[in-house]
Amino acid sequence: MSDIVELDARRLLCPMPVIRLQDCINRQPDGARVRISCTDPGALNDIPTWCRINGHQVLATDETADEIVFLVLKNTDAG
Amino acid sequence: MLAAKLIQQQGIEVEGINFFTGFCVEGHTHAIRGRDRSRAKRNNALWVAEQLGIKLHIIDVVEEYKDVVMNPRHGYGANLNPCLDCKIFMVHKAHDWIRQNGFDFIITGEVIGQRPKSQRKRYMPVIAAESGADDLLLRPLCARTLPPTLPEREGWVDREQLRDFSGRSRKPQMALAAQFGFEDYAQPAGGCCFLTDQSYSVKLQDLWDNRGSRQYELDDIMLLKIGRHIRPSRDFKLIIAREEGETKYLSGYRRQFQTIRTVSHGGPLALIEGATLDTEQLQLACAITARFSQGRDADSVEVEFSDHGGESQSIHVKPLRADEIDPEWVIV
Repeated sequence: MSDIVELDARRLLCPMPVIRLQDCINRQPDGARVRISCTDPGALNDIPTWCRINGHQVLATDETADEIVFLVLKNTDAG
Repeated sequence: MLAAKLIQQQGIEVEGINFFTGFCVEGHTHAIRGRDRSRAKRNNALWVAEQLGIKLHIIDVVEEYKDVVMNPRHGYGANLNPCLDCKIFMVHKAHDWIRQNGFDFIITGEVIGQRPKSQRKRYMPVIAAESGADDLLLRPLCARTLPPTLPEREGWVDREQLRDFSGRSRKPQMALAAQFGFEDYAQPAGGCCFLTDQSYSVKLQDLWDNRGSRQYELDDIMLLKIGRHIRPSRDFKLIIAREEGETKYLSGYRRQFQTIRTVSHGGPLALIEGATLDTEQLQLACAITARFSQGRDADSVEVEFSDHGGESQSIHVKPLRADEIDPEWVIV
């Protein structure tokens, strides 16, 4: 299992967290895992949607009062 | 959404591009303000892509877009909206993108006469020419009112299946949406750019005027979307949160700004944009902030002022009365 790439998108508002994740994922090899921390509640909708339409997987979502953390897997069959 | 669906129906692979300029309306304010939290926080571009089953590429153009906003060759619309230059810029970027990613042509959802400036018939060829896309730019919703583009001439796209929509009425689009079975779509007449908003444009112009420069950073234009903006003098401006969600958001800027927070009463966080304040200015800034706290009618309100270095001091002030706030201070 590869190391997890950590991504800080706290304080960024929609759609910047998605852009950060997209740009990071595009640089990673297939099968990479990226953990992204967000504070914009919009990310709860946007990150999973972006992952679904681009063929990646949200492995876990951890939501606290101030922060939402997603663990995303870059799928090997994603274009 | 409709333009993409029309092309998809011809068996052509479509992918979406969405440009983030920093002035985009959706998402931001919905996420910040508590009163908006019950509203859907979806990003419309992502939502549309999912409905269509296409990939979406969101591209950060904040830096490049500054020149479009600061120096529009074709001028502004009713506010600080450089719509024609914006359209040219985005089609140009899309043209670059299709060449780098092996796509054949560009489609947009433009309809002749739909909007007052950038969608006039005489500007359609201007956009195609100045963007460099030329006849690789296809507008499926109004294609049959325009000369055939390369994709039509080459037979990549069947022109007969495209549309001839024109004018401000959106009934044809709504009928087509119903035909496709789309029950939900982005509000068609709602502006998606803060630059078309009068109040926002006034704040941006104030920022430029008081800096003596049109330069801006992303944080500048984000903060124009939030809070009450009050400028008691040319030296400083207050950005005062209007509710809890904005206070939470503005607190993320505490290290970059001088701040005022009410202590003795519930109230907002205020950012001070400008140079270090003298004693009189600081008293005024605190009294204005206290005006918007729950202690607005009290004889004295305690506030905490934090300077650029993070040093804090407690200050007691009498809140300004509503009639003591000069309407000219309020930037709206």
